[in-house]
Amino acid sequence: MIRREEFTSGSDSDYSNSWISWFLSNKGNEYFCQVEEDYILDRFNLTGLNVEVQHYTHALDLITDNLADDEFEEEHRGGIELSARFLYGLIHARWIITSRGLVKMLEKFKKADFGRCPRVLCHGQPLLPVGLTDTPYEKSVKLYCGRCEDIYSPKSTRHGSVDGAFFGTSFPHMMYLVYPSLLPSKAGPSDHATPGGDPKRRKDKIEDTQAVGQLGSAGLGEEQGSTATAALSAERYRPKIYGFQIHEIAKLQRWQEAMRDRQIARLVAEQVD
Amino acid sequence: MSRNHLPGRDNGMQAPLVVPPPRGPDDQAMGDEGQEYASSTPTSSLTWIAWFCSLPGHEYFCEVTEDFIEDDFNLTGLSAMVPFWKEAMEMVLDVEPEDTHRIPDVSIVEASAELLYGLVHQRYILTRPGLQSMAEKYEAGVFGSCLRVYCTSTRLIPCGRSDMPGVDTVKLFCPNCNDIYTPSSSRFSGVDGAFFGTTFAHLFFHTYREYCPAPFTPGRRTTAASPTHLSSTSGSGPNIPPVNPNQWGGQKRPESRVYVPKIYGFKVSERAKSGPRMAWLRMRPPTFEDLNAVDNRGRWIDEPGSDFDDDPKSGPSGGRQGRFDEDDDNDEPIEEDEEEEEDGAPQGHAWPPQASSGPAGGPGRRIAGGSGGRTRALQHSIGRRKRPIPPPPNDSSSSEEEEFDQEEDGGRVLETAEESALDTPAEEGFLSSAPSNHSGVGSQDAKRRRRKPELAAVKLANYVGKDVTEMFSGLQLGSTNPPRGGAVMPV
Repeated sequence: MIRREEFTSGSDSDYSNSWISWFLSNKGNEYFCQVEEDYILDRFNLTGLNVEVQHYTHALDLITDNLADDEFEEEHRGGIELSARFLYGLIHARWIITSRGLVKMLEKFKKADFGRCPRVLCHGQPLLPVGLTDTPYEKSVKLYCGRCEDIYSPKSTRHGSVDGAFFGTSFPHMMYLVYPSLLPSKAGPSDHATPGGDPKRRKDKIEDTQAVGQLGSAGLGEEQGSTATAALSAERYRPKIYGFQIHEIAKLQRWQEAMRDRQIARLVAEQVD
Repeated sequence: MSRNHLPGRDNGMQAPLVVPPPRGPDDQAMGDEGQEYASSTPTSSLTWIAWFCSLPGHEYFCEVTEDFIEDDFNLTGLSAMVPFWKEAMEMVLDVEPEDTHRIPDVSIVEASAELLYGLVHQRYILTRPGLQSMAEKYEAGVFGSCLRVYCTSTRLIPCGRSDMPGVDTVKLFCPNCNDIYTPSSSRFSGVDGAFFGTTFAHLFFHTYREYCPAPFTPGRRTTAASPTHLSSTSGSGPNIPPVNPNQWGGQKRPESRVYVPKIYGFKVSERAKSGPRMAWLRMRPPTFEDLNAVDNRGRWIDEPGSDFDDDPKSGPSGGRQGRFDEDDDNDEPIEEDEEEEEDGAPQGHAWPPQASSGPAGGPGRRIAGGSGGRTRALQHSIGRRKRPIPPPPNDSSSSEEEEFDQEEDGGRVLETAEESALDTPAEEGFLSSAPSNHSGVGSQDAKRRRRKPELAAVKLANYVGKDVTEMFSGLQLGSTNPPRGGAVMPV
């Protein structure tokens, strides 16, 4: 996080260096990244936010540390605080899909600040925050996994109360479009392995399914980075009773895989990369 | 019995995981508790089992009834896996150790007792009373809810990835998405998955079918009232969504929304590199009948021109049901040649690519299928029938197949190795499948040998004994009878 230089020497001790730094250091705000000052100061980037946010001007001043401390009474200040958070969130949603914003979020992504996919077969794939809607006060933030292409609720309730509109619906997809190298393979252990190390495993079917996955993609003879047939090598969990698969679930999975095959056939026919 | 009674322990998480429970009056731990025991027998407020289940991180365990443990038959085979068997048994059953001289280190015995209890627990939860006590926990939500957003807080059930201890920790199975997740709390990272086993979760949902979501999404038709979660098997009023015709299957209404990635409100096209490739993982067909559009080997039944023998991906393909593929690495280079020869010609008449909308939709052929020498009906029959010799092509009528289908689905819960053509050998199950289980698929294996390089061929010969493959060598399986010794078939 880039620390802003202090304007005033004796700034408010509650707010550390700047309001933004203080906001980001709050518990529960770990998903946010720092929005650069010039982005906020350019009013064009904030088009339309003035109607959404009450106390817009004061909130903006507070965020950019231009608010005189003694100007308002306590109760007004509370409202301005709330508006400031709200405003920062909305600016953040726009910021993270700009190129510089993506860089900032990329750093957090690489450190797995947003958590890891709870799905076992995703092997600890780092997640990206996403909202279900761009309208505030509707849904809380969710986490998108690039491997299973699905969204999960955050584990902790504190993160679960952050508004999804502060991240927007486009962010993770924009991230993967701009950085296609981040796209995880659908098979085998994650590129970003869990730091704690996977629990010790004996050589058994768990490793073997990974080997299968790698084999599958190696044997394809596809060029590096071709994703059309990537899903072929995705591992699946097969429910079993005493070693025998369950008929209903296996039938459903066969249907799903047939749908997958159909999609792959379509993509290959269109020579999709 | 609350945890407050435990000696030397507070309710906080700082307590060590394994702390000796109250024992007889000669045990020194008694002094900490400060309680007086009139008799020499442990009238402790807590049995070892109750104490064990009350430890932090052990919330998933249920208490095994003592008569289950005391019956030696239920513990068959465990003595080989658990060191210090006798001492561990005594600890678990709160029996005073007779031979006080050779007590080994208590911590070792405790670890052993934990292992013993865990393995007994794995067996116990498969019994009727065990399932019941787990059902109570399930209803209470002890195991948590699925973190996947579109599962809408479906309750989870603990599941192991292996039946042998020491492989992996316990995971949680979601019946809605049929996937397993690591528990979100790190408390459970010390619980071995083998203490729950691979079978329990699925046996649980088979027993309590009202908790198990159906494999299709009913209620696409408009219903007046909001859909209820439990649909009765008898299928009542107009407001209740249609029930699963398979009465042995899940009866609950599934949560079947799939996440669609969008940028600025526009869907990310599947043609993009980062486009959706895994949507199929969570899809459910709109009706029950759609599931029948895919045969046992994972191919669309009614697509014209799809091939049968050299099915590039017969069955659930790719990294499929695990084990078959990795043994086939040796064969791949040779198979590629075979494939390429065949694929040269027919590749030309590519089917019109189209966005198929349903199973009966487009002629989405398999990828670069080789030319098939067999008719669909033949394949069909091979896929469906258990006997290896297929009837002549004209014979199998659709009605017969339908009948067979219904009969298949009627009472069938588990897939035998023959039916699910690519079933993995049940290595991890208690009853590991003998090679004979695969005899029915030997013939299918012959067809499968030719396929695209990306799908490793299933080499049943690797699993099946040589004599069985010899059995099928004489079979005429259509015009493309693969040379028995030509292609590499390591046996």
